[in-house]
Amino acid sequence: MADKEKDSKKVSRRKFLVKGGLGTIGVVAIGAYLFRSPIRRQILGVVNSLEAPYLDNIDQPMIWFEVTSDNNILLHSPKMEMGQGTFTGIAQMAAEELSVSMNQIQVVHAASSTGNVDSFATGGSTSISGLWKPLRELSAMLRVMLLKEAAIKMNVDVNQLSVVDGVISGNGKTLTYAQAAEGVENWEVPDVPVLKEAKDYKYIGQPIARVDLDAKVYGDPIFGMDAEMPDMLYGAVVRPTKIGSIFVSADTKAAEHMPGVVKIVVEDDFVGVVANSMLEAEKAKDAIIVTWDSYDNLNTDAIVKMMTVGNGNSSVIQKNGDSFDDQDEIVTLEFRSPIGAHAQIEPNGVVAFVDGDSATIKISTQVVGLTRKEVAKRLDLDAEKVNVVPTYLGGGFGRRLHTPHAVQAAIMSKAVGKPVKYFFSRKEEFQHDMFRPPTHHVIKGKLNAEGYLDGLEHQFVSGDVATDSALIPNALTNFLGADVGAIRGGFIQYTAIPNFKAECWHVELPFATSWWRSLGLLANTFAMESFMDEMALKANKNAVDFRLHQIADEPIDNRLKNVIKAAAEKANYNEEVKDSRAMGFAASIDANTPCAQVAEVSILDNEIIVHKVTVAMDPGLAVNPDQIRAQCEGCVIMGMSAVLYEQMFVEDGELTPTIYGPYQMALMKNAPKEIDVVLLQGKDTPGAVGEPPLGPIGAAIANAVRRLTGERLTELPLKLSKKV
Amino acid sequence: MEISLTVNGVLKTVDIADENTPLLWVVRDTLDLKGTKFGCGKAACGACTLHVDGEAVRSCSYPVKFAEGKKVTTIEGLGDRENPHPVQQAWVEEIVPQCGYCQPGFMMATAALLNKVPKPTDEDIDKNIINVCRCGTYYRMRKAIHKAAELQAEKVISESKEL
Repeated sequence: MADKEKDSKKVSRRKFLVKGGLGTIGVVAIGAYLFRSPIRRQILGVVNSLEAPYLDNIDQPMIWFEVTSDNNILLHSPKMEMGQGTFTGIAQMAAEELSVSMNQIQVVHAASSTGNVDSFATGGSTSISGLWKPLRELSAMLRVMLLKEAAIKMNVDVNQLSVVDGVISGNGKTLTYAQAAEGVENWEVPDVPVLKEAKDYKYIGQPIARVDLDAKVYGDPIFGMDAEMPDMLYGAVVRPTKIGSIFVSADTKAAEHMPGVVKIVVEDDFVGVVANSMLEAEKAKDAIIVTWDSYDNLNTDAIVKMMTVGNGNSSVIQKNGDSFDDQDEIVTLEFRSPIGAHAQIEPNGVVAFVDGDSATIKISTQVVGLTRKEVAKRLDLDAEKVNVVPTYLGGGFGRRLHTPHAVQAAIMSKAVGKPVKYFFSRKEEFQHDMFRPPTHHVIKGKLNAEGYLDGLEHQFVSGDVATDSALIPNALTNFLGADVGAIRGGFIQYTAIPNFKAECWHVELPFATSWWRSLGLLANTFAMESFMDEMALKANKNAVDFRLHQIADEPIDNRLKNVIKAAAEKANYNEEVKDSRAMGFAASIDANTPCAQVAEVSILDNEIIVHKVTVAMDPGLAVNPDQIRAQCEGCVIMGMSAVLYEQMFVEDGELTPTIYGPYQMALMKNAPKEIDVVLLQGKDTPGAVGEPPLGPIGAAIANAVRRLTGERLTELPLKLSKKV
Repeated sequence: MEISLTVNGVLKTVDIADENTPLLWVVRDTLDLKGTKFGCGKAACGACTLHVDGEAVRSCSYPVKFAEGKKVTTIEGLGDRENPHPVQQAWVEEIVPQCGYCQPGFMMATAALLNKVPKPTDEDIDKNIINVCRCGTYYRMRKAIHKAAELQAEKVISESKEL
């Protein structure tokens, strides 16, 4: 009986919600439907060749759609829009199966009160690929549900009905979706209908303009920093400048009577101040004298020394054939990457209001579920009563995968009984980032008589990426014992080489390191693809041919070969220095998306100039080719910023610099004047897009410099050691 | 103290406790115009760029007292959906924004540049557009800036014909 009930998939009244006001006439909540994929698979899905599924245990009702009285559809997205065009892609997917026009769909961030909370995060380049199947299925189901109700109201057989742009017609009659939904109390959830075939797509595959384009061009208040609540006050939290500081005590006397100060909040682990304005809160904060227990003598050299292969624990993540013999003629190169800051332009911020036993949190977050959980836990609230209302993110890049400031703002709000807005200063943002960890790589290779690799070994060490993150239990963050984030891009992708091994070392640093867009990929690919280039030179072979020859023949390998060939062809790759310019080649696979790049580089006044980058990528089916191109362009520029300019230091126990400029980043003048993107489709479902193009850029530039100057650059950021 | 300034064409008088309060916070919090963004507070990123008497100014480091009697234009006053400024129109046509947070500052900086240099070269752009974008939209921005220059030139021609 129970099974029969389950099969019929009747949505009970409990799972059907009707919301009044705001023109909403029907809210369809669908529960107990989707796939139960273990979180581990989702996380591992981004490692290399596995697909990343959307993962939720949807056994509670969650609101995906609202049909509004003006015949539009509100789509409550469990994924956040942080720049990657996710909202546009999911609007295209939903419009397709709902048979509505693009402008009939409005995508909004799902507040946690809708129940539509992603139990993992927005990140890992998984939003479009993960929602591809479930969102289209849900959309098709809603269409069938609406048609069924229309058939009853129109007294026409459902099979005679058709729908165009949300208007149902049949037997000479018409009815809008809104009219069909009106007054319905018991929805019958059908089996998943047959989805459209690719040849019939109207929106999927089209370079449709971003759905948030106007809001972002006309300055609409859509970001976390723009959020407000009535009667709101401003909070500030005293933050230490030294690494590893633990709060001991605070002398708040001077601050207490400063203008505008409403309350000083002293907790076991922090001291905050609430004031009438942000500037008053900041001034009072500066007047609080805090005693910290901290490290004083750390410097960059000590961090570099710690972060050296051989330190910490290691795990072999990939092995084939034999290890090197001592007498073999082995080439060894070492590479390093520095501490990197997220440096997203919108600082972390939040507006929190704790009102009795419930709370509202407006925030830029990549982790709605974690934000809610942490606030509920610390304030001893029922998680159901903490409504996290996400906003657009002024850049995510992994920086918003933990939001302890939401907890601090909630505590301050509770203390004053009013909403409190709190955000980081830029200095705090730089010093309290969860940085990209520095890395060190030792790579060994040996050529055979034909000039191809007989053996290749990648030993690398990283700080925490996934390990000790608040987001996921440590038991789930390892792959064969290694940090699942650190190993991204660390595998050997030339598996036609007879003997190879990749081994990842892990060192815990005295400051927090975490997820930075593409995780280990940026540094690992820089090291591996620089080494490959050096071996091609040693073998006196063309860098492209050298690579192609050593890639195996699995489907992913063939896709890698195809992007390599496409990039080389499109860029007209050659190894001559012409007009003082040289090309550099590199390729990577990340989250099952292969990408190859050619960088065209010259040197002026001892500075590396990147003139043109050609990108060939195979993300599978391109839901929105224009947004994929935009991601390729953006990743190339963010990647070149990271590999040419960016570096955090540790001086006397402080992380520095603490402002843009001294933390040098790519500006307009540094960006390539030409970025040429070629998209291939080597599989019929969408794959990862937002991070894979960050892989090749570092090595592509370094390899071009090697051909220009003869110098093999082995440290990021890339700096020429001698005057050219 | 009271400070009077014209914001997006409307005369406003604001009562500000500290005349050194950055114009950014007066615009954002007192006048509730949220399109001008806070990025760094040290005039280092340009997210807060707006116009004071037509000049691009980084408002996070510009005391409000200096705006007394002046004309302030923010992204909300540059143009709107019905009547976009050529820079906004070009930004739409080139689909420039990603996360979008830094974009108003870039558009304001570009609009100020085009007033001085109606047809900027790549070199003019490199020298004058020095804000920070983390998503790396510079490539499309450059295209949009050139396009905005064309759109603005067309607009000037059509307006002079109307006269």
